[in-house]
Amino acid sequence: MSSLAQSHLRETFELNIGPQHPATHGVLRIKVVMDGEYIDRAEPILGYIHRMHEKMGENRTWNQFWPNMGRLDYLSAIAYNHCYAGLVERAMEIVVPERAEYIRVITAELNRIQSHLLGFGAYIMDLGGFTPLMYAMDEREQILDLLESVTGSRLTYCYFRFGGVYNDIDDDFITGTRAFIKRFRPQIPIYHKLVTGNVILMDRLIGVGPVSAEMCRKYGATGPVLRGSGVNYDIRRNEPYSVYPELDFDIPVYKECDSMARYMVRMDEMVQSCRIIEQALDKLPEGPVMAEKVPKALKPPKGDFHFAVEAARGTFSMRTVSDGTNTSYRMRLRSPTYSNVSLFEEASRGMLLSDALAFLGSLDPVIPEMDR
Amino acid sequence: MSGYFTDIITGLKSLAVGLQITNKEFLTKPITLQYPHEAVKMTPRYRGHIELIKDPETGMNKCISCGMCEKGCPSGCITVKSEKRPGVKGKVLTAYILNFTTCSLCGQCVENCKPGAIGFSNEYNLASTRREDYIFDLLRKLHPEGIPEPEVDPELLKKELEKQEAAKQAAAAKKEPAKKAPAAEGGELKAEEKS
Amino acid sequence: MNELIRLLSYMIGIAAFLGLNLAYLGWVERKGAGHFQRRTGPKEVGPYGLLQPLADGLKLMSKQLIIPANADKALYMCAPILIMVPAVLLFVAIPFGEHLVPREFNFGLIMMFAFASVGGLSILIGGWGSGNKYSLIAGARAVSQNVAYEIPMLLTAINIVMITGSMDLNEIIRQQGSYFWNWNIFRLDKSVLMPVSFLVFFICSLAETNRTPFDMGECEGELVAGYHTEYGGMGFGLFMMAEYANLVIGCSLTTILFLGGWQSPIGIWPGPHWFLLKMYFLVWCFVWIRWTYPRTTFWGLLNLSWKYLIPFSLVNLLLTALFIKVF
Repeated sequence: MSSLAQSHLRETFELNIGPQHPATHGVLRIKVVMDGEYIDRAEPILGYIHRMHEKMGENRTWNQFWPNMGRLDYLSAIAYNHCYAGLVERAMEIVVPERAEYIRVITAELNRIQSHLLGFGAYIMDLGGFTPLMYAMDEREQILDLLESVTGSRLTYCYFRFGGVYNDIDDDFITGTRAFIKRFRPQIPIYHKLVTGNVILMDRLIGVGPVSAEMCRKYGATGPVLRGSGVNYDIRRNEPYSVYPELDFDIPVYKECDSMARYMVRMDEMVQSCRIIEQALDKLPEGPVMAEKVPKALKPPKGDFHFAVEAARGTFSMRTVSDGTNTSYRMRLRSPTYSNVSLFEEASRGMLLSDALAFLGSLDPVIPEMDR
Repeated sequence: MSGYFTDIITGLKSLAVGLQITNKEFLTKPITLQYPHEAVKMTPRYRGHIELIKDPETGMNKCISCGMCEKGCPSGCITVKSEKRPGVKGKVLTAYILNFTTCSLCGQCVENCKPGAIGFSNEYNLASTRREDYIFDLLRKLHPEGIPEPEVDPELLKKELEKQEAAKQAAAAKKEPAKKAPAAEGGELKAEEKS
Repeated sequence: MNELIRLLSYMIGIAAFLGLNLAYLGWVERKGAGHFQRRTGPKEVGPYGLLQPLADGLKLMSKQLIIPANADKALYMCAPILIMVPAVLLFVAIPFGEHLVPREFNFGLIMMFAFASVGGLSILIGGWGSGNKYSLIAGARAVSQNVAYEIPMLLTAINIVMITGSMDLNEIIRQQGSYFWNWNIFRLDKSVLMPVSFLVFFICSLAETNRTPFDMGECEGELVAGYHTEYGGMGFGLFMMAEYANLVIGCSLTTILFLGGWQSPIGIWPGPHWFLLKMYFLVWCFVWIRWTYPRTTFWGLLNLSWKYLIPFSLVNLLLTALFIKVF
């Protein structure tokens, strides 16, 4: 900071970034006290798109809560589907057929690639480069087509069901997915050449927005933010669910703690997701995709249940207290962006405005999920 | 000092590589689908708004007006209206109102439907500036040229009339001391509305 | 009387050339952006979207002019006009062909730089007058950016003046001979760093015209729309048009100083067509660069200027002086 900042001559002004601002990816509002171009204090103000999803979970039947799962994080909705399915299946002790589990993993990983692609594109657009977004959109569109052919929707998926999935996948989907991966793999080096290697971008990302592992622990940050800080933590490994233990994949971890590290984690995760999908397609067993005897009117036993998944932005977990009726007594959703964004206040102190927005973009926030 | 020059050279190189890539894309054909001029190919599983399915045998819908879709809907956007008609088995659907403005396309109604009377349409060209345009009567959508009357089963009608007559007679018998039973009202039943 | 007719026809000519450029460079940019991004760009209005600029212009003109409550009305209104004035004025000095120059100045180069600086001022006025904090930040950024970039730009221009011994733009072109190895960019006998010098000048003109990667004044990811956040309708339209006018001027100046202006690269048919060809090639490069790179930060920009561009232009200046003295 300038020496002026400490003197009595210091003059600050307030700046409202958002709720409608191109860099905030939605309706996040950040109240910033600026000292020239430096940020003195930043305060994220949340709640502009709060829709009471938790309360909805408490007065709708278990089945009726399904569509809400597509509307939390609209970019990685399938992971949220997965979490809710897992939660209720754990409560009801429903055994999901093997094939359904594989289909769940395949769609969830496709969804993760899609989410990271958009995150990548939108991030570069925050930094002023518009073209990579369009390339990412091109690839993403193909994933959406694939997912549409099996789930029926393009964005707000409501595909999983308690005990399985809504639709079985067909051969077209399998060949389409394989073709997509074959096409997508060589694209990643092109992105790296066009974007990552670019000297302007490196200048903007390397060393910007340091988030230590300690800070992540303090705020509960997960996902690429945590893995960009050198902590190897991924629910798919640390608290395995579904068929992830049977698949071979790496968790990309970067120790640099800066925006570049978080960006690279996302890029590498796309490659790993490709690996997961390929293996899952190879191992895909035959069989039913829905468990037998799942009652229509669900009444999980009394108790306290918890389930966590690794969504594209970090750990998403649900906890419910069931009182044995057809609605939940208490539904709690823990969304990753909420924790990830809350460290913005501490980490952005003394940052330049342009660096701060580069940092905010590297957290890849999705606001509807944060506000819930 | 040598770092200074290598920085410049690697920097310029990275910039040149970027230009090369965009140039290559410039020379390849655009991939845009010219939407209003070209139709989007929809997958058969695409979940548009729900629609009633025509039974190929009877040309009618298969709805039995059980109201399971109504109950299962998380946002309460379905209203089933039906009535009892003489000579027709079960209830007759008179209107199937879908308030598409609140529908979230989750598919709970389709799954809850036992006779498989509703399914997802492939319609994606929905645009309007008026809210009322999204309150569909699916029954009217199914039969745009006019809702056909359900076939009357003469035997069932006869049975029903007899039953009615019997019931009336029984009622009349009860009321006999007071008054003479009124004549049967032409075998017509009053429309019974269920909302 | 003849002089009057000449001036009048030049005035009309410049207005027409400028109008056409301002309208169609926008189209070129959008079409180019589209194709760089696997899209098609505008295509609905007219064949290949060629009538798009007309539609845009009509739309902008038919919009209501809203002056924000916080704005300093006089400054707010005069900024878009002020940014257009130098942009139009500078065309007077540009020699499109050997005899196709509205007004030959002895000090054409100085006039160019003098009026080009007004652009930065009007951005500041616009940013300040809008009464918006984003605009204010953008205005301040744009000014310090212009200050930082005019130094290496002028140093490079001094180079050319030293080689040519004249500030007359037409004279600078005339001295560059009619083959491409005679152009200033390849005059290695005057200074071995001439190509580098060209690059420096090119980068500076990118920064001077506030184009990506140096669009610190606009940067929609941070400052919403920078200094023209509060402008709508034709106010915004004028800012947009001034950007393209500055683009044409920057590219013209680069063409004149380094690429031999209207001189032919192969020794035949010198004339305005060569000038336009070279200039539009540079414009195309600007578009190309814009749709390839992300934006630098403010510090990255100043770093580039002070650590790389200014030292290089200084070294080049010394070398040129040495070469001229020795050879």
